[in-house]
Amino acid sequence: MNIESWIYTIAFYGLAGLALLGALGVIWLKNLFHAGLSLILALFAVAGLFILLGCEFLAGVQVLIYVGAIAVLLLFAVMLTQRIAFQQILRVFSRAALVAVPVMVALFAVVMLVALKAEAPAMQAFPTESFVGPLAAALLSTYLLPFEVVSLLLLGALVGAIILARKEED
Amino acid sequence: MDFAAVASYVAVAPTHFLVVSLLLFALGLVAVLSRRNAIGILMGVELMLNAVNIAFVTFDRVYGPHVLAGQVFAVFVITVAAAEAVVGLALILAVYRSRATVAVDELNELKG
Repeated sequence: MNIESWIYTIAFYGLAGLALLGALGVIWLKNLFHAGLSLILALFAVAGLFILLGCEFLAGVQVLIYVGAIAVLLLFAVMLTQRIAFQQILRVFSRAALVAVPVMVALFAVVMLVALKAEAPAMQAFPTESFVGPLAAALLSTYLLPFEVVSLLLLGALVGAIILARKEED
Repeated sequence: MDFAAVASYVAVAPTHFLVVSLLLFALGLVAVLSRRNAIGILMGVELMLNAVNIAFVTFDRVYGPHVLAGQVFAVFVITVAAAEAVVGLALILAVYRSRATVAVDELNELKG
């Protein structure tokens, strides 16, 4: 193995570990604000995995939209719905938590059983030029209809969120 | 820094990425099922969507540089996740305003 392969492998395991650590934090941390920060750690690690896969545009989108918008929105909602200073959390987990772990183990086992039987895929050689140009061309030609539908969805979500979150005073 | 040149060294098999995706999905599912706070459940959903994105991009890399479907659908998943988070949080705020709680097991008015 050459030095680049070592760096790549170490980066992969580091980022994968960080992502799983962040996910565990989302499950375990009692304070929901800390869980949100842990979610941000996982989202950053996933962006790093995208870079390892050669998709730097997606990594940028991930950081901008997930970390910059969604995670911040979640943290805002946490602060709006909880009194952080006088917080007393009686129970973090619902009763369904007893079911959750067996469900997770069963899901993992079933998928791994199927995956171990399948032929392991191999990565194609990476192109040296960036994906951004071809991605833009694909979005505006082959995938034009879903692109327009998703813009309509965003508009609908925007209007719906304003109507839902508005104070009821007529 | 030329990311594409850095990533042209594929030292890790796609299976590894897929296992990470599976683990992340399973952990997100546990968060969805076990958290009592509705915002915690939304966080779990975001984790699951991220896991799906990793799988999409990995398969995009497996099936060649000229099939961009995986990356395109990862972009769509991120967009839909943003819409979902916005509407979900608006619902949670509306519920909090009327009931002063966001614990999902206390919202049981429809229970007979």
